[in-house]
Order: sequence, then structure tokens, then C-alpha cells
Amino acid sequence: MRYNEKELQALSRQPAEMAAELGMRGPKKGSVLKRRLVKLVVNFLFYFRTDEAEPVGALLLERCRVIREEPSAFSISFIEDPERKYHFECSSEEQCQEWMEALRRASYEFMRRSLVFYRNEIRKVTGKDPLEQFGISEEARFQLSGLQA
Amino acid sequence: MKLNERSLAFYATCDAPVDNAGFLYKKGGRHAAYHRRWFVLRGNMLFYFEDAASREPVGVIILEGCTVELVEAAEEFAFAVRFAGTRARTYVLAAESQAAMEGWVKALSRASFDYLRLVVRELEQQLAAVRGGGGMALPQPQSLPQPPSLPSAPAPVPFLPSAPAPVPALPQPRRPSALPPKENGCAVWSTEATFRPGPEPPPPPPRRRASAPHGPLDVAPFTRLHECYGQEIRALRSQWLSSRVQP
Repeated sequence: MRYNEKELQALSRQPAEMAAELGMRGPKKGSVLKRRLVKLVVNFLFYFRTDEAEPVGALLLERCRVIREEPSAFSISFIEDPERKYHFECSSEEQCQEWMEALRRASYEFMRRSLVFYRNEIRKVTGKDPLEQFGISEEARFQLSGLQA
Repeated sequence: MKLNERSLAFYATCDAPVDNAGFLYKKGGRHAAYHRRWFVLRGNMLFYFEDAASREPVGVIILEGCTVELVEAAEEFAFAVRFAGTRARTYVLAAESQAAMEGWVKALSRASFDYLRLVVRELEQQLAAVRGGGGMALPQPQSLPQPPSLPSAPAPVPFLPSAPAPVPALPQPRRPSALPPKENGCAVWSTEATFRPGPEPPPPPPRRRASAPHGPLDVAPFTRLHECYGQEIRALRSQWLSSRVQP
């Protein structure tokens, strides 16, 4: 699939939500644990060799599952192939929790659901649609009906 | 760069809400011909397929950080998706009608994750404000996010446009002591609480956030903010101008 790699590289240079050096193991059988600088930017997880400016790779975090692994580790897999796991090792329990929380919230789809949730809650309390002030209350992407059941 | 393309392809064709879909003509390159492709906008990803029935996308345009403008082109109903940076590619696309073009320009202008995140944060704050503060436990619909518990923890007020502005950390008051923002590469934002007294905050003027605290914030966010509004205005203005010249 073609994609605009330059823009993705530029994105990897943006300030991150979270960035840390973690141990990382790819999904292929026999992969070895490697030290990587892992950086969360919007809904992408970039991973760099610790001394390089360009990322080795990126993971789009839509429709993924973040699972706790032992010890102080977590894995990311994708809905269509749950056995294929990207494995990350943290330096502490706390760091592991932080990353898992951040990654769970890092998808566009999660954000969208949050928006719909808050919109409804505010509407319930105030009787008004908070999106009207932004002029986006009719946007298809923010409608409740657009949500997956 | 490696990319989880297989997952991307699944995301392209899954049941998640589609934010826009339709045929567009895509210019192959600077001097190339237009190809008619089936486009699907989902989140901040614009996928394109050979046709509506294809199982796998030909490609994807990652939209984060882009601006959308109308363009002068031989092709009618043309618009461009532009990225910052030298030698960045500009994607010239053309719709099949005025209405379709306007729909696409609007949808693409608001497609960034950053924009969505801004709106969500804004609403989080508003909800906190209308509830008047104090840790209220809200009912938890199953797959929806846990609303942050209300504050003694101050709420950051960013209202930032799309990258490359520095991105503040997500408000996570429930987390145990977080790493200092600098280690995470996050900008430190004002932590002034912005809770307004009274049952209902006065609605701000459209698209202008008068209440953003400016304490320790430096100048950069304002220019980014300005540019963000500018994007929308430019797009709307172009629309208006072009609709004026049409007979």
C-alpha cells in the first residue's frame, strides 16, 4: 500500500505524548528483544534505534489491543490477527501502567467515542449541544449514529 | 520505514464509521494524468481504492498536519491536500460536483487527530464546569472512556491546532505520579483551573476561546491557533469566492 512516508517521518519528529526507551520485540517468531526509543504521537507509535533520528517503523494504533504481559511488559496486537504481538518491556510497573493507559486512549476511534460521550453528558446537564458553538454539530463524524455498536 | 500495512488495510475496510466516501480524481504526479479512485476517509486516514468494490486500498494519505485548499486547476471542483515542509507533496484531487467538493474540503479539514483531541478536551472541561467541580462519578457506558475525576487536579487548557505545535499531555489525574513532562517530550502547559462559577458557562463566541489561560504559555500557541483558524477561514473563503464566480 502506498503511503506518504515523508509526512509520517515528519510526524515522528513532533513532540510526543509519551516517549521512552523500552525493550521491544517484533511479532515474528524468534524475534530478539532490542532497545528502542518508543514515541507516541497522535495515533501512531514510532520506534527508533536509540541513536537514530529516523524511525525504524511505525504502528497505526487503530483497532489494536493492549495486553499486560509479565513482567512489567505489555503487548500490542491488532484485531485481525491477535496472535501477532508487538512486545514491549518497561523498566517498572508504573511505567508499564502509564504506557498501557496512554495507548488505550491513543486511537482516533477512542477519541471519537469520548467526544460523543461528553457531548451527550453535557447535553443532558445543560440541554444544549456543546458542538454548536464550534459550528460542527452536524459533522457526520461526531454523530452518535456513526458509532459502532 | 516499516508500517503495519496489513492492519492499515483492515482498518480501511472494517465496519468502523466512515467519515466520507466517494469517487475523486487523483492527480498521479506533477505532470501526470488524473485517475479516478474510490476514496474512503476514516479518522485521519484517507484511503483510496481502485474502485468501490476493491478489497484492498491502493494507498493511503495520512492526513495529520495537512491543510486543505481550493486550487486553480484545469480540472473542475479541484482541491489540494498540502503538507508543510520543503519538497512535501501536494495531493491534487477533484470531485465530481460542487457539493461533493465542498463536502470533501470540510471533512478533510477537520480530519486530524489533533483537532479531535482539542474538541474532546474542550468538552471535558465544559462538562467539569457545568458539574461545578467535585469528584462526580459518572455512569460508565461499557466501551467509553473513563471521564477524568474532577479536580483538585487542574485541567490543562490547550486548544491547539494540528501538529507541529507542541502537544500537551493528556489529562490523566487518576495516574500515579507522572514522569515530569520534559522526559516525555511533552510541553508543560498552564495548569490553571478554568472552572467558571454558575450552572452554565456563557457560550463563547463561535470558534474563539476567550477563556484559555495564558499564564506560562508562550507566544507559539497563539500563532498556531491563529493558523488553525486561518485554515478553516481560507477554505471557507475559497469556497465562497468560487461560488461567487460560478454563473
